[in-house]
Amino acid sequence: MEDSKTRKVGAAYDSTSGRYVGRPFRRVDGRDKVTGVTRFADDLDFPRLCHLRLVRSRIPHGRITSIDFTQAQRVEGFLGSLVGSAMPETFGILPVSQDEHALCLERVRFVGDPVAAVAATSEDAAYEAALRVEVDYEPLPTIASVEEALSNPEPRIHDYGSEGNIHKSVSLRFGNLGGGFDEADMILEDHFFYEGNNHLALEQHATVAVPEDVDRITVYSSTQTPHYLHRALTRVLGLAASRIRVIACPNGGGFGGKSDPFNHEIVAAKMALELGRPTKITLDREEVFYCHRGRHPVSMKIRTGFSKDGAITAQHLQTALDGGAYGSYGVASTYYTGALQTVTYSLPRYQFDGVRCFTNKPPCGPKRGHGTPQPRFGFEVHLDKAAERLGLDPADLRLAHLATAGQVTANWLRLGTIALQRCIEAVVDGSGWRQRRGKLPQGRGLGLACGAYMCGAGLPIYWNHLPQSAVQLKLDRSGGIALFCGETEIGQGSDSVLAALVADVLGVDLKDIRLCVADTDLTPVDLGSYSSRVTLMAGKAALQAATRARDLIATAVAERLETAPENLVFANRQVFDSSDPENGLSFEDAVITAEARFGTLGTVGSYIPPRSPGKYRGAGVGPSPTYSYSAAVIEVEVDPSSGIYRPVHVWLAHDIGRAINPTLVLGQIEGSVYMGLGEAMMEEQAFRRLPRHLSNALVHKMPSMLEYKSPTFLEMPEVTSYLIEDPDPEGPHGAKEVGQGPLLPVPPALANAIYDAVGVRIDQVPIQPHMILQALMAKDKGEEARFGPAGFPQVDFGKTLLVPTPDEGGDGRATNDSKKKRSSKMRGDTGTMSERTEALKRKDGALTTK
Amino acid sequence: MLRLPRFHFHIPDSTREAASILAAEGPDARLVAGGTDLWPNMKRRHQKPATVVSLMSIRDLQGIDLAEPSAEARIGATTLLGDLVRSSALRERFPALARAISSISSPPLRQMGTLGGNICLDTRCTYYNQTEDWRRAIDYCMKEDGSVCWVAPSSSRCWAHAASDSAPILAALGARVRLQSAEGERVLALTELYRDDGIDYLAKRPDEIVTDVLLPGASDSQTCQSSFWKLRRRGSIDFAVLSVAAAVWTDGKGIVSDARIFLGAVGSRPVPVAGATEILRGRSLTEDGIAEVAGLARQLATPMDNTDFKAQWRGLMTARYAEAALREIAGLETQIPPPHHSLQP
Repeated sequence: MEDSKTRKVGAAYDSTSGRYVGRPFRRVDGRDKVTGVTRFADDLDFPRLCHLRLVRSRIPHGRITSIDFTQAQRVEGFLGSLVGSAMPETFGILPVSQDEHALCLERVRFVGDPVAAVAATSEDAAYEAALRVEVDYEPLPTIASVEEALSNPEPRIHDYGSEGNIHKSVSLRFGNLGGGFDEADMILEDHFFYEGNNHLALEQHATVAVPEDVDRITVYSSTQTPHYLHRALTRVLGLAASRIRVIACPNGGGFGGKSDPFNHEIVAAKMALELGRPTKITLDREEVFYCHRGRHPVSMKIRTGFSKDGAITAQHLQTALDGGAYGSYGVASTYYTGALQTVTYSLPRYQFDGVRCFTNKPPCGPKRGHGTPQPRFGFEVHLDKAAERLGLDPADLRLAHLATAGQVTANWLRLGTIALQRCIEAVVDGSGWRQRRGKLPQGRGLGLACGAYMCGAGLPIYWNHLPQSAVQLKLDRSGGIALFCGETEIGQGSDSVLAALVADVLGVDLKDIRLCVADTDLTPVDLGSYSSRVTLMAGKAALQAATRARDLIATAVAERLETAPENLVFANRQVFDSSDPENGLSFEDAVITAEARFGTLGTVGSYIPPRSPGKYRGAGVGPSPTYSYSAAVIEVEVDPSSGIYRPVHVWLAHDIGRAINPTLVLGQIEGSVYMGLGEAMMEEQAFRRLPRHLSNALVHKMPSMLEYKSPTFLEMPEVTSYLIEDPDPEGPHGAKEVGQGPLLPVPPALANAIYDAVGVRIDQVPIQPHMILQALMAKDKGEEARFGPAGFPQVDFGKTLLVPTPDEGGDGRATNDSKKKRSSKMRGDTGTMSERTEALKRKDGALTTK
Repeated sequence: MLRLPRFHFHIPDSTREAASILAAEGPDARLVAGGTDLWPNMKRRHQKPATVVSLMSIRDLQGIDLAEPSAEARIGATTLLGDLVRSSALRERFPALARAISSISSPPLRQMGTLGGNICLDTRCTYYNQTEDWRRAIDYCMKEDGSVCWVAPSSSRCWAHAASDSAPILAALGARVRLQSAEGERVLALTELYRDDGIDYLAKRPDEIVTDVLLPGASDSQTCQSSFWKLRRRGSIDFAVLSVAAAVWTDGKGIVSDARIFLGAVGSRPVPVAGATEILRGRSLTEDGIAEVAGLARQLATPMDNTDFKAQWRGLMTARYAEAALREIAGLETQIPPPHHSLQP
């Protein structure tokens, strides 16, 4: 095979011998970020820049009857206005939920829904003008919760979705559930609630749109997904994609909150085209809470059968998501509240029912852990209760029933490596769990929980067979390397990871690599910085491109040095013969040699994830090349007289596969602990309804950074992190994700620790002091020592799809589904998946597919 | 971002000049010192003054005079909170006041905010401290442009709460304030500066300038011990959802001669725990007396659902914190962990 040589040469350098990979190197954008040199979207300025502000709905639900700009136009500096009819085309992140308008056409669906836009020569003038736009509405009844959505099918917030105000319902049964419960020695049933919360990225969303020559526009934005924004702009503006250039600026934090195409991005582009002037908008903090797309509030019911030794015989999970006013990623979020239950412990039979409802509140979407922290919270607290009932140590219960590496789960996910055992052992040892748990003084306790997350979603958001990530390298006689990739730096360090991977293959310095990222005109498509996909997918693409460049150079240099290409070492900006190190060239001369031999040098690499064995409807959510695992122990101090508590120490171990840069991994772990504690302790995207007889209002309770409570560093406990390395063949150098996974065990570990400290169960987050106090008072009265939801909403989840498990000899399909899932042989614009896979294999089987 | 409306800005360099501008402009003029309260409020269009008069260039309004323990202490109204936090004399002479001030907001804001600004702080409410757009969405409230108090819709008054951290402890310590206007000056007990109303919360006329805060000198026969406990969500930044300020005077034998306790954030003014003196006076500070005063404090507090945390729980915590503050003064162990503000400056 032609590529065997490629693989061999590549393999020699796919090792730990690089200068950067595996070592704590300084991130490529670090110095610029700490010295204020980095230009975020709001830092951009252009001649004749004008400022945009959106006028947002002041009522939660209703019809627009009139919009009057008369007073606004009188503001000095006023330049122009837009209303919904200027952009009638819908958009939305998912093809199945194209339910947003850049500006509301005639309906408004929540307080904060954008209805009009004004532009002016200064930010002051735009702000003043926006306040003076008069909008009249005809109000409609409002829906504030899942329960209200279920009991009020009319008026519908949207005229699509499952029915009434149910956006999506799903019911999937994997295997003989009843048989599983029959086998159980103990059946445990619990109700949980996880409140919604916002990403609270420090950088508010900002966009600058710059019109260029005829019918071309460049849109700079703080977005995690420039490619999807590009598609939405194309659709709504009615311009060819080639006329629109999207550049994602470095994000000052994203966490999923900048993964949707947003109204303000599209309106800024439209306004810029209308006025022929660069147009900027930077949202204020309140508007960020209205864009939202944060964690869904989820009610949960979990029923699990256990055998005496703690093995799970069956589980039935039901979730109800409060989706807010638009679809966003909600269909995926709904599936995600069920999809990853199966990947941590052996779970042979499983049913998942989920429902997402529309409500008159800002839309929920993906936030770090997308849809999985809620059921993970329920599951891990549920397991803590089961262990107690069964008389088992919660750590032992988990250790005894871990999922198996490489297995296909009951819901047809293929697992990769699993280092969860080592993770649990690390935090158990580190925290002194065995010696200290249950033996600490009253008011102090230890809690343990685990979690798992995907390393990139197996499928893109819209149906296609194209690479999900790609890298181009350009080398020339300067000796420098230009790296082009559509990936977006959102603070996670993706630029640094790509540069390091390439630098190590070619034996050069990070400074020799010029990065050009997230620019739809210049860089090959990467789907975006979401689903923890960049290190794995763009990383594999980068390795492929770099290996190909290395091979070209090696071929040319070997000829010149009269040695074999596989004898060449690329290190220290030199290319030399390993058996005769004196025989070599500088990297610059090596590139010149290759350019002379082959002409202009450029290589590409791309990545498509392996196919998932699941074929049932809904099987597209959950598959990933591999999964990361985490375990946490939290020590907490609780004052029983007030319910005030304080996490004292967090031990968190993460199965990273292989750390490309351990410092970045530590940062992600500590950041996840911080964010997880915020959600567990205080963060709430909460709403207020005024007395119904006096007012129709339904407003965000506290859309400000002061009153939306998120921990400061004073609340942050000591964190001990463990990087557990067990390289996974699917990842670049064996690396897995770390951006999201470590958040998952934190909320349940806290709840479990509080139980250990004072003996009360708090089955919802955030855990507020009054909840603990109330549960303690109930306990004193001999009542149930618990605070949490009493039940689960009455939901009809619709027809249950029956999917036999791999153990039952299933083929990955539902046995009772009349609707055909899209076949892998179906021909789309980009060919069939099989054709695409074959094509990639022909070119280079080394790094793209199995 | 939120933008300020347009206004005329004056920077006088004497109190007399400032007073004459106020007298000339009438109620359309506002004073500003550090601006940490006024500017955000103006950005949200709570106040739309045509004229703003800065006090920050008036030298006479700055300064701390605490040197002589037996003499009346004076703190200039525009003294930075940060300077007070750093004053070792303040920490020694009025430790509870130093603790209260060190709990105000965050270090950068204390470097802008002033003591005078803090005692004149606008009352707060989650239905009020919102942007113009948000308030339009609830059709405003009684405190501004509306007719209903959404915290208590059947109420005829506004229930916005007093949020100053310095006011309750200054009140407990018996502070007075000097006010100056074009017509002259007057000195008020700090407690007289406040009204029990969320809207009209200051007894000061709009043309009057708070120039100094005066604190009584130490007496030979009486020892004053004080304490300040502040409840809030986080260890910094947050306003109080409850504070308890207590000052207890005892003679050489430890017999209480006077006790003054004020509650913050559970009423529209610093709420005096009236009757505490009667309970505690004439005997030493014991657990029984403390528990009785704590019960009284809870009765007098009116925590409303207009800030962070459940109102009911804040009521419960009023008793616990009052107890803790007094136990700290009595040298007894406090049963609940000290709040975050115990992080010393």
